[in-house]
Amino acid sequence: MATLEIRDLHVSVLTDEAPKEILRGVDLTVSSGETHAIMGPNGSGKSTLAYSLAGHPKYQVTSGTVSLDGEDVLAMTVDQRARAGLFLAMQYPVEIPGVSMTNFLRTAATAVRGEAPPIRKWVKEVKEAMAGLEIEPEFAERSVNEGFSGGEKKRHEILQLELLKPKIAVLDETDSGLDIDALRVVSEGVNTYQANNNGGVLLITHYTRILRYIKPDAVHVFSAGRVVESGGAELADELETNGYVRFTSGATV
Amino acid sequence: MTVTEAPNVAGAVETNARVATVLHPKGSYEVADHPVPTGKEEVWRFTPFRRLRGLQADAEFQPSAIECEWTSHEGVSIRSVGGTSEEADELRSLRGASGFLPNDRVTARILDEVPSSLLVDVAENAEVDGTVVVTLSGTDADVTEAGHIVLRFGANSRADVVLNHQGSTTIAQVVEVIAGDGSAVSVTTVQDWADDTVHLGFHHVSVGRDAKVKHTALTFGGDLVRISTSVDYAGPGGDAELLGLYYADAGQHLEHRIFVDHDAPHCKSNALFKGALQGKSARTVWIGDVLIRESAEGTQTYEMNRNLLLTPGSRADSVPNLEIETGEIVGAGHASATGRFDDEQLFYLMSRGIPSDVARRLVVRGFFGEVLLRLGVPSVVERASETIERELAITGY
Repeated sequence: MATLEIRDLHVSVLTDEAPKEILRGVDLTVSSGETHAIMGPNGSGKSTLAYSLAGHPKYQVTSGTVSLDGEDVLAMTVDQRARAGLFLAMQYPVEIPGVSMTNFLRTAATAVRGEAPPIRKWVKEVKEAMAGLEIEPEFAERSVNEGFSGGEKKRHEILQLELLKPKIAVLDETDSGLDIDALRVVSEGVNTYQANNNGGVLLITHYTRILRYIKPDAVHVFSAGRVVESGGAELADELETNGYVRFTSGATV
Repeated sequence: MTVTEAPNVAGAVETNARVATVLHPKGSYEVADHPVPTGKEEVWRFTPFRRLRGLQADAEFQPSAIECEWTSHEGVSIRSVGGTSEEADELRSLRGASGFLPNDRVTARILDEVPSSLLVDVAENAEVDGTVVVTLSGTDADVTEAGHIVLRFGANSRADVVLNHQGSTTIAQVVEVIAGDGSAVSVTTVQDWADDTVHLGFHHVSVGRDAKVKHTALTFGGDLVRISTSVDYAGPGGDAELLGLYYADAGQHLEHRIFVDHDAPHCKSNALFKGALQGKSARTVWIGDVLIRESAEGTQTYEMNRNLLLTPGSRADSVPNLEIETGEIVGAGHASATGRFDDEQLFYLMSRGIPSDVARRLVVRGFFGEVLLRLGVPSVVERASETIERELAITGY
């Protein structure tokens, strides 16, 4: 049983001029087996939350705490966070020319698991996960994300999620830019990961359609850098009908 | 840069008088035809003359202090030509054997003064086993010398030749490559000199009819290394692949220049050069000149240069030039990019649990991997990989 606790988190983004505060006191707890959806309009700070949890150097935590099973996440380097069991599926995965997916996946799995997985078992594991996500076998020899379409990149993010088996997964707009078939495949991948690993999922999204495939235990509305309302799945239905107006118009900045 | 005069065969297919381009004026074997360059010339403006020890001007060529050894293979004859008076005629015939015609003073002087040439002769139809390795070991940086190597691949031969340069010297060198009709060959020149070496290298490759040539320059060591490679085609159907990989440390000047003269129809050229720089005032230069003459219909050419600045304080120049005199081509393009180490790539890899040193190595290895993959000569690839690892260790990558 793992728990990610975010308490009163304030984060600024480093710009060419002065740092700009984006997150203004985020409180959130995600435990194993739970799915939390974070929904909010563009610019509300959802992605900043995702990148801050992963430790992107562009974001500066000015106050607050983040802990994973009591360990101070903010004191960890980016790679330490991943090895501690945090995973971020990125909205814009980065292309790395010359590094094959095969090499990359095995290097990552070796780092996260603390030892190189036995080769035969590993090959089988990768092959099955790729098949499940309807990824063509030839992608294994292609460079990481290079020349991948938006949908292919997202499938590969979820492939990594399945192989690295984190305690807590943050999915940053994994649904954006996906057609309905890809959305279904990717969602099934997330559900498979959660079922197999009892993982905790923090699902960041702008739209409600992914919630037809991934059922949230809780929905949090994000506005102006913090959670302004939390509820059950029915809160998503309300957003579907009324949009974010109720939250943005009333937001005090 | 080197060479513009057509080999005889090209004259037969050329419909118009040859053009003298601005970058590549007409050449001559006469030393007196070439003034001492000032350093302001387009072809010299990137090269720091004060570090050349007079090679660009009239520094005296002294008796060689380079030790030379080679591997032996069936179908390959390797010997030094010019040691005896009987060989004088043969020596003369080797100068410009590839169609190489000097268009600057230093190369005219090399061909005029060099006392002997190293001839690597691959027999017609020979399919050479293993990699032919010629190792040139400099023993004294204070000895200034000229070198001339001729690699002659007979028609329909298959062979891989490596020129390994190591040790200390100050050398101006011409390497002529004649790839016979239908041959499929690779030539790799490795510059792994000691820190005090200055090397001006001029390679000229004549690609025979339907021949396939892979020419690779790998440059790691030396104070100043400048390798110019010119290519022309002795007939239609030729295919030249030019590869380069260089890694400059603090204070080094590593310069690579290519000139591909598409002077025959239905030929291909493809150039890929990648370089990494680290340390204060590490400097690289890449110049990629491609000329498609009016006669060269059906040409297909692409050139690319990528540079990776690993630390602040280094500088990479990259200048692709494409001159096209006929519209009847299959394709022509170029790309050039120089960038810092990509922090987003590093973040991505680390966010998957990969420690930063491993992640940096992955990215740099990946960067060079494309060249190594295409190089395809296993012993060279292995050595180059080891050298890259050693270079990476310097900055703690």
